[in-house]
Amino acid sequence: MKPFELHRPSTAQEAVGLVTARDGAKYLAGGQSLLPVLKLELAEPSDLVSLARLPELRKITAAGDAVTIGALATHDEVSRSEDVARAIPALAKLAGAIGDPQVRNRGTLGGSVAHADPAADYPAALLALGATVVTDRREIAADAFFTGLFETALGRDELVTAVRFPIPKRAAYGKFAHRASKYALVGVMVADTAGGVRVAVTGAGPKVFRVPAFEAALTARMDPSALDGLTVPAADLNSDAEASAEYRAHLISVMARRAVQALA
Amino acid sequence: MATESPAKTQGMGAAIKRKEDRRFLLGKGSYTDDITLPNQSYAVFVRSMYAHAKINSVDTAAARAAQGVLAVFTGTDVAADGLGGIPCGWLVKGKDGSNMVEPPHPALAQGVVRHVGDPIAMVIATSKAAARAAAGLVEIDYEPLPAVGRLEDATAPGAPLVWQEAGGNVCFDWHLGDAANTDAAFAGAAHIVKIDVTNNRVAPNAMEPRAANGHYDAANDHYTLYTTSQNPHLIRLLMAAFTLHVPEHKLRVIAPDVGGGFGSKIFHYAEELLVAWASRRVGRPVKWTSERSEAFATDAHGRDHMSHAELALDATGKFLGLRVKTLANMGAYLSTFAPAVPTYLYATLLSGPYDLPAIYAEVKAIFTHTVAVDAYRGAGRPEATYLLERLVDKAARQLGMDRVELRRKNLIRPEQFPYQTQVALQYDIGDYHATLDLALAANDRAGYERRRAESAARGKLRGFGISTYIEACGIAPSALVGALGARAGLYEAATVRVHPTGSVTVFTGTHSHGQGHETTFAQIIAEKLGVSTDAVEIVHGDTDRIPFGMGTYGSRSAAVGGSAIVKALDKIVDKGKKIAAHLLEASPGDVEFVDGQYRVVGTDRAKAFGEVAFAAYVPHNYPIDTVEPGLEESAFYDPKNFTFPGGTHLVEVEVDPETGVVEVVDVAIADDVGVIINPMIVDGQAHGGLAQGIGQALYEEVRYDAEGQLTNGTYMDYCMPRAADLPSFKVGNHVTACTHNPLGIKGVGEVGAIGVPPAVINAVLDALHPLGVTDISMPASPEKVWRAIQAAKQAAHQATQPAGKGA
Repeated sequence: MKPFELHRPSTAQEAVGLVTARDGAKYLAGGQSLLPVLKLELAEPSDLVSLARLPELRKITAAGDAVTIGALATHDEVSRSEDVARAIPALAKLAGAIGDPQVRNRGTLGGSVAHADPAADYPAALLALGATVVTDRREIAADAFFTGLFETALGRDELVTAVRFPIPKRAAYGKFAHRASKYALVGVMVADTAGGVRVAVTGAGPKVFRVPAFEAALTARMDPSALDGLTVPAADLNSDAEASAEYRAHLISVMARRAVQALA
Repeated sequence: MATESPAKTQGMGAAIKRKEDRRFLLGKGSYTDDITLPNQSYAVFVRSMYAHAKINSVDTAAARAAQGVLAVFTGTDVAADGLGGIPCGWLVKGKDGSNMVEPPHPALAQGVVRHVGDPIAMVIATSKAAARAAAGLVEIDYEPLPAVGRLEDATAPGAPLVWQEAGGNVCFDWHLGDAANTDAAFAGAAHIVKIDVTNNRVAPNAMEPRAANGHYDAANDHYTLYTTSQNPHLIRLLMAAFTLHVPEHKLRVIAPDVGGGFGSKIFHYAEELLVAWASRRVGRPVKWTSERSEAFATDAHGRDHMSHAELALDATGKFLGLRVKTLANMGAYLSTFAPAVPTYLYATLLSGPYDLPAIYAEVKAIFTHTVAVDAYRGAGRPEATYLLERLVDKAARQLGMDRVELRRKNLIRPEQFPYQTQVALQYDIGDYHATLDLALAANDRAGYERRRAESAARGKLRGFGISTYIEACGIAPSALVGALGARAGLYEAATVRVHPTGSVTVFTGTHSHGQGHETTFAQIIAEKLGVSTDAVEIVHGDTDRIPFGMGTYGSRSAAVGGSAIVKALDKIVDKGKKIAAHLLEASPGDVEFVDGQYRVVGTDRAKAFGEVAFAAYVPHNYPIDTVEPGLEESAFYDPKNFTFPGGTHLVEVEVDPETGVVEVVDVAIADDVGVIINPMIVDGQAHGGLAQGIGQALYEEVRYDAEGQLTNGTYMDYCMPRAADLPSFKVGNHVTACTHNPLGIKGVGEVGAIGVPPAVINAVLDALHPLGVTDISMPASPEKVWRAIQAAKQAAHQATQPAGKGA
């Protein structure tokens, strides 16, 4: 790990100011993705701006038709939140299956979303639930947020402050974990929302994506058998030593059916 | 449970808690990296990024000029100082009597690198961060050369050569057994069953990575090396005689607390030589601690065999003969015991627990551009067991016989012991039918159909797998292994020092790095002398304190090291008898030692052991003319034979046919590990071995690509078994006492890793049998299982197509 300067601001505004003023600066939330990258020297930021002293970004509130989760809420906090469990149990369950207890105790929603790891779990929830990413300066719809491999619509110094999840009629997440890393080899979130049925897949491609064919079939009939014979083309999917694209395509169908099964 | 004497709280058979765990659980262990000496400096190695390359130049100028850097050494410095290459400890001769190809293994590369991670330069600085930063400044001009990264490619015509002197990349072409006899057995066979199996390459993954801290004391011209070793005296011997070239009295090797080894810390590695040597060059202690990714690339790996085997049977299923051809990957260099693993620790085990009248095995050891392969928990015996147990299961299928009954029919019967195999070993004792029956009872074989139906109701395919295995451990008779090519003896040593007030310190040549010797050896003392285990201290791991012992591997510590302790104890007891006889005014012949007391036979006149010990050190009333003062004895024990643990491992799995995921849902094992010192530690050893064995069967695999790049050298990619992947194990024991060592001990350290992998794969194949799947290789990963199911379905579909009729 290369040396860097550590800042610990006490307001979000101050944090943004620090990053804005320094080209090589990065935000540090739970550090579960950033610190390994630093240790492997795959990134060498000049400054790290710690968000640890911003407790106001940790709040979880359920109001009306949405649950708003502060960017610094840990995966463990989300998984144990009664508000989340009542409103969107699938989201609580998803958070509780991220990584391992150590990761869940440190890792944050905002960090995961901003990092946009193609195998992270949260992006599937954001996309399937039609969530809105709230930043220090604007709101971004999930559909427009994840733009590529580790790429988002965020500006360089833009800070995620919260994510607002509309409460769906029902939702379920089917995850097939990579055996070593426990990231999603394939994760499929199926949500029956006010805006229609949405199906989002993480882990399988270069970024999280929706599956319109599955959504149409499930809109017609919300039943596992509605997906019979439907597949995602393997050509667009990741292929590596743990799973070929063909196997990932197969798993998308299996995990989608199991998620639909779990809705019942 | 392996419980002998549940109520016992002292001595042999007591399930007492481990004495050493107090310091480990308090975080107060002292591991090599915990030791920081005054004026400490730190080393980082610059390692090859290529599997095979010529090094045109190494430019260290920028690194040497960097802040905090004390020195940068390369192969040129190593050669100039005359450091010896890393030696191999075992010479195997080929079929034609020729010596194996034994290439040089320089501590730092001499112009060519031969695997990813091969060390090229050593950067020493005042801090680890400075050393690491400077390491990035070392500029190496590589000229990449063609490389061969996989065993299956290494023997192909035209494959790149690792060593010019090893044509076809063959290190040796060796055989064991009687080819003519075996041919005759096959000629008369009613059935011949054939199989091809691979034994996947695994990384040892001790929790504590390797580390070494070398300290040269110029005032006394003396070296001290702290190192993560399973055998400090072996390291001292190799460094004194072959690599550092200093006399033994000028080199002290200390292996302090060591966090697991599984074989990987037996071997002499370049880093421990280099920190000792460099300490003299820079005038400061030099410490190196491996990173985890460095460990994946540089710790000796295990297994990596490809084999073809054939079993001949008569019409009733009786085994007649076995033929085996194996390719064994050595890596690029020969590690300390590498040549012994696929030969004398493998082919000698090919009779398994079976009465097998003819065996012929051929083994070719092959060089590849990968890190060395050497002993890893089980070492050779898991490979033999896996091959044999897969083959026996296939034979049962082919002959339409029950898998259990086919084994029962061929297991060596109790009355056949001692049993001479056709592959050089003589098993002294065992009762394989007893362990088979014990395991079957623990598994509840009768309830299997109900469990299978219950799994099916949840959409899961259930499978039952069995492995009946044997291993040879307690290595080893020195004369025998010497005749087979070992370049060291394999006896063990102990000194027992009784203190004046009757407490005891034992100095053992074995090394504990998770085995619990501080407890089990104390139990031996407690049993023999009648003192409390709390009154016993075990000292190990320091060549200046312990006698010359060979260390811990091959499940030898209790069987060989424990026997050395018993021999020393016998001398203590005998000497005490003479002292007690004097105190009791009796003839030594009339004195017996029972329950910690010396008694005149047939009377109530007695002296406690503590009183005798006190008299030995305060010899006022003492037979000083015939008995020396003091109560301290040493002994060396050289075993008469190997020991032969064995047993039955039963596994049930559930396969998700949609995803290919295999879950191990039940493990019931029954082992015969000989007499048990501590049932809880025996259970724990079985549990750890089972976890690693299941890891090999389902999760673990080191992957090199065709060009020799290591593609999964991190925990993000290399899958270790986790607690959540494993069911609660049912561990049973049936004891037959080893006939040739004083405690009747066989050994337990490796049984889990040896016995269980084929049971897992046999269970997976049993589950998939209804779908037509007949083969799956380790590790049985989800995609591999899924593909096997798809292929079988397709084959079944095609078979029903032509002419529209089923077969």
